[in-house]
Amino acid sequence: MSLYSEKVMDHFRNPRNIGVIENADGIGEVGNAKCGDIMKIYLKIENNMIADAKFETFGCASAIASSSMATELIKGKPVSEAPTLTNQAVVEALDGLPAHKVHCSVLAEEAIKQALKNYYEKNGIEYNHDLLSDSENCTDCGNT
Amino acid sequence: MKIYLDNAATTKMSKTAIDAMLPYMDTIYGNPSSLHSAGQAAAEALAKARKQIAGCIGASPEEITFTSGGSEADNQAIISAARIGQKKGKRHIISTAFEHHAVLYTLDRLEKEGFEITLLDVHDNGIILPEQVSSAIREDTCLVTVMYANNEIGTIQPIEAIGNICRAKNVPFHTDAVQAAGHLHIHVKKQNIDMLSLSAHKFHGPKGIGVLYAKKGIPLTSLIEGGAQERRNRAGTENIPAIMGMSAALSEACTRMDENAVSLCALRDKLIAGLSQIPHSILNGDAAKRLPGNVNFCFEGIEGESLLLLLDDKGICASSGSACTSGSLDPSHVLLAIGRVHDVAHGSLRLTLSEETTEEEITYTIEAVKTVVEYLRSISPVWRDLISGKRNFIIK
Repeated sequence: MSLYSEKVMDHFRNPRNIGVIENADGIGEVGNAKCGDIMKIYLKIENNMIADAKFETFGCASAIASSSMATELIKGKPVSEAPTLTNQAVVEALDGLPAHKVHCSVLAEEAIKQALKNYYEKNGIEYNHDLLSDSENCTDCGNT
Repeated sequence: MKIYLDNAATTKMSKTAIDAMLPYMDTIYGNPSSLHSAGQAAAEALAKARKQIAGCIGASPEEITFTSGGSEADNQAIISAARIGQKKGKRHIISTAFEHHAVLYTLDRLEKEGFEITLLDVHDNGIILPEQVSSAIREDTCLVTVMYANNEIGTIQPIEAIGNICRAKNVPFHTDAVQAAGHLHIHVKKQNIDMLSLSAHKFHGPKGIGVLYAKKGIPLTSLIEGGAQERRNRAGTENIPAIMGMSAALSEACTRMDENAVSLCALRDKLIAGLSQIPHSILNGDAAKRLPGNVNFCFEGIEGESLLLLLDDKGICASSGSACTSGSLDPSHVLLAIGRVHDVAHGSLRLTLSEETTEEEITYTIEAVKTVVEYLRSISPVWRDLISGKRNFIIK
């Protein structure tokens, strides 16, 4: 289908990092079933590095591809770099998304931020609240 | 393997339809409005097609207006009835909640003009009751428009009973028969249908051509100004090749309707039985009163676009009512109208068969859908919550 780039279709057909991390150090879940998109990201953190990242997604092809790409982009990175991941970086890495699907990349960014926040809060680590500010899920569809 | 199961979207043209069109592209290419022999040859063909199409639906040739398709016919039927009503001070229209957007958006426009629109509830099974129509009709009702069969879930409406009620109460009755024509018996006189829309590409005819039937005596409002074609009801040179293709396709479909229905219903029911085995799945729309080739399911815990694209990878062309595939923010208004909640409506799949669909294809499709649904559930956090009891199943 020409709706999506080859990259999106590749990550949709062969998603990277799919699954669950048992005893994850951080878990983030965003979206809701009413909107048709839910993403759940699991992080394993060792020595201040994101040792592993996995995801589960209920959603369309671009939602699955966005979560796959987002986990790829943060895996192996220092924890301190992860909050700077933007949805734009996900879109670019996927060679673009159709305009009405950009919200999927926003969800991926938010899921990762939620997972980091969850990690910081569980471990009593101070963090930059501005970088991980609470976002309004599903702002695009208004079905919150 | 390529398995085309999206025949409610459009069909492959039949050889009969293609053969019927070809001479009107290179040999008999005149303009039927021209007085010379080339034009008159085309005019003769046009008259023949009009008669043949009228015969297929129990109408008279002069009651047939050719349009660009089902949407234009729906628009023109509704606008025409509204203008007639308006002159008599009648500004109330009755329809249903799950009509095609060609009907609903035209009604929206009229509502902005001051018309009052009543949309009847279609119940869990996707079928309205004739009594709903009779109790909704008022002194100022100028039109009842109810689709013959729904385009998404295939449910067939009690058209003749509605027609009888409307005739008794002297209210014009229009039906959008786009999904029904060529697949279900239509007789506008016996069924008391005053206006009817149909579209050729839903029964193996060409795209871009359709019909608006309007009972003699119902003045149509032209949506396109220009020449005097179609008794001044629709300006623009007639698309003769497409009309010839439509005429041949409809005639063929009507001739074979009963035998097609028998084999299609058998395959449809096999597909329904197979997909029903998937846990937490539900058939959308009445199981019996539905189009011979229509199957529509919801699968809990997954999203329809992903399902569609993975089926496409397996060679199966299908359709879904999820928000992602509709391009809008909400899932199908049809699924919402029969009471499916958003969460479930996102996981819908429509498979629509044709006479060319084989049993082997159905067997393959059942297995493919099972595999893909199972896979998508395995990566879905919603499904994980459902099976762990953190979230309650909506589809039992």
